[in-house]
Amino acid sequence: MADPVLSIRNLSVDIPTRRGTVKPVEDVSYDIHPGEILGVVGESGAGKSMAGNAVIGLLNRPAHIAQGEIWLNGQRIDQLKGDAMRRLRGKEIGMIFQDPLTSLNPLLRIGDQLTETMLTHLRISPAEAERRAVAALDEVGIPGAAERLNSYPHEFSGGMRQRVVIALALCAEPSLVIADEPTTALDVSVQAQIIALLKRLCRERGTAVMLITHDMGVIAEAADRVAVMYAGRLAELGPVRTVLTHPSHPYTDGLMASTPLASRGQRRLRQIPGAMPRLDAIPEGCAFHPRCPFAADRCRAAPAPTVTDGQAACWFPIVQEKVS
Amino acid sequence: MALVKVENLSRVFDVSKPWLNRVIERRPKAFLKAVSDVDFQITERSTYALVGESGSGKSTIGRMLVGLLSPTDGTVEIEGVDLARESDAAKVDAVRADIQMIFQDPYASLNPRWRVRDIIAEPVTARGGDATGLAERLLEQVGLSALDAGKFPHEFSGGQRQRICIARALASEPKLIVCDEPTSALDVSVQAQVLNLMSDLKDDLGLTYLLISHDLTVVQHMADRIGVLYLGRLVEEADPDTLFETPKHPYTQMLLEAAPRMDGFGREVTPPEGEIPNPIDPPSGCAFHPRCPLATELCRNERPALRQLGATRVACHFAE
Repeated sequence: MADPVLSIRNLSVDIPTRRGTVKPVEDVSYDIHPGEILGVVGESGAGKSMAGNAVIGLLNRPAHIAQGEIWLNGQRIDQLKGDAMRRLRGKEIGMIFQDPLTSLNPLLRIGDQLTETMLTHLRISPAEAERRAVAALDEVGIPGAAERLNSYPHEFSGGMRQRVVIALALCAEPSLVIADEPTTALDVSVQAQIIALLKRLCRERGTAVMLITHDMGVIAEAADRVAVMYAGRLAELGPVRTVLTHPSHPYTDGLMASTPLASRGQRRLRQIPGAMPRLDAIPEGCAFHPRCPFAADRCRAAPAPTVTDGQAACWFPIVQEKVS
Repeated sequence: MALVKVENLSRVFDVSKPWLNRVIERRPKAFLKAVSDVDFQITERSTYALVGESGSGKSTIGRMLVGLLSPTDGTVEIEGVDLARESDAAKVDAVRADIQMIFQDPYASLNPRWRVRDIIAEPVTARGGDATGLAERLLEQVGLSALDAGKFPHEFSGGQRQRICIARALASEPKLIVCDEPTSALDVSVQAQVLNLMSDLKDDLGLTYLLISHDLTVVQHMADRIGVLYLGRLVEEADPDTLFETPKHPYTQMLLEAAPRMDGFGREVTPPEGEIPNPIDPPSGCAFHPRCPLATELCRNERPALRQLGATRVACHFAE
């Protein structure tokens, strides 16, 4: 297999507070390969966005990387500062955020935003940049691309704006795209358009994607592999089909079962008791044990084993019949 | 028996610019028809769901049902009383007490300066009733502790706050609860808890729900009857099994096809064409015709009426 585009090793993020250090991300490791879409799922507070922000060096102080390494195309990037990181962002890593209106500058025409990005990162002439900007808008399916270069962000609808953001993220031809809840603010029909677009572009260019979302349906349709996060730790990592249909971590199992779709035809939904722990009160041992139906003494005493592909962070993983 | 009867309901909002701008820029007044000629009935002790994308008018209908907005045209009858036109104040008052609402955002719909006890008791105390011990009893009924009554909303998580909202809605012993996206701000595992609680309460107390949601999976699980809205118009109405197995309207078909599926691994959907048109200037005839694969001249000129087709009511010239 080709070398991974992004490789995260034992990443921990610390936030020092007056009442001690909290760990929104702890000991997380995963790889993303070229042309692969890795889905990162979890409920709010699971640390999925925080891990993404750590990769692009956008952690807000006082949050900082306490431990671990991040490698991008063979280069270690977790210690890069200021300018070096800025050159990487936009050039090697493209970003797509949840709310397209806040990730576009409302005072600049979108043509200027696209050409600015390309002129900063690529050695091309302004005329070439403009030509590429039209091509980029055309590629993401914006009708009348040449004229729309002169439009401001507010003149676009929500779905169209997200297309512009995708064009912007991909215009410098990055090797990795981090998409943080790219469709959460959009309607179902527009969401389907954006997901299809993201899948097509990444397949064509061999771009690796980190798709952060809470929507299991989006993950099922878009991702190749999935990383399930709970309370800042990885719970399970593996091919999307295996993890979603034959989960081995009780949390993944509960999450899947509690979606209305999974319990079609049943009067009641299966529910996971309780709620995700607060960051300053993550339980000892396995973080999931207070909500886990299978918890034993070992789960309360020792932290769960480290996740590898096909091995959940659980002392007593659910053994499912093999996928036939 | 129908608890709620909605007939030819319409609501128009004036979205004109201020007078001076209109004069200087020579612009006419602008109107947005958020709800257009909608009619449906909700049977007692059932759950009626309204689904649609943003701008489809589902929340506007909910607000008209509880009386937060008045209809521009048409009627909403609850227990046979038209709240907007009934002149007998006592009658109106009696019906009003039977209606409650649960809102989407549990962070915005609880007063941060009030204790939970006062929040929950307000629907009763506002009418001069005695609410001793009521909050404590309701808190236990929605799965919280009676001791929580003395706390403030910020001490609770999102799911717990939504339980408080439900307790408040139950305080006046209503018959009808309008739930406007009750779980869309919640995580999946918490959503399951709240939906289960809502089902249990419905069975125990004989409640009737109007459930407003954009999430098809939630609607499929909860509803006894579903109305699909597009640009303020009811385009299809059926029971969940019929609707999800044999959707008749092209818009419903598109919506179901586009919704992500848990078993849709690597599914290549042909994404739907176009976006929802601007409701200030909706398309002529059938509002869906610019995006519809079946559209003909007839669809561009004539708005289809809702007609009965088997177990479904559908507003499409060509549905069969």
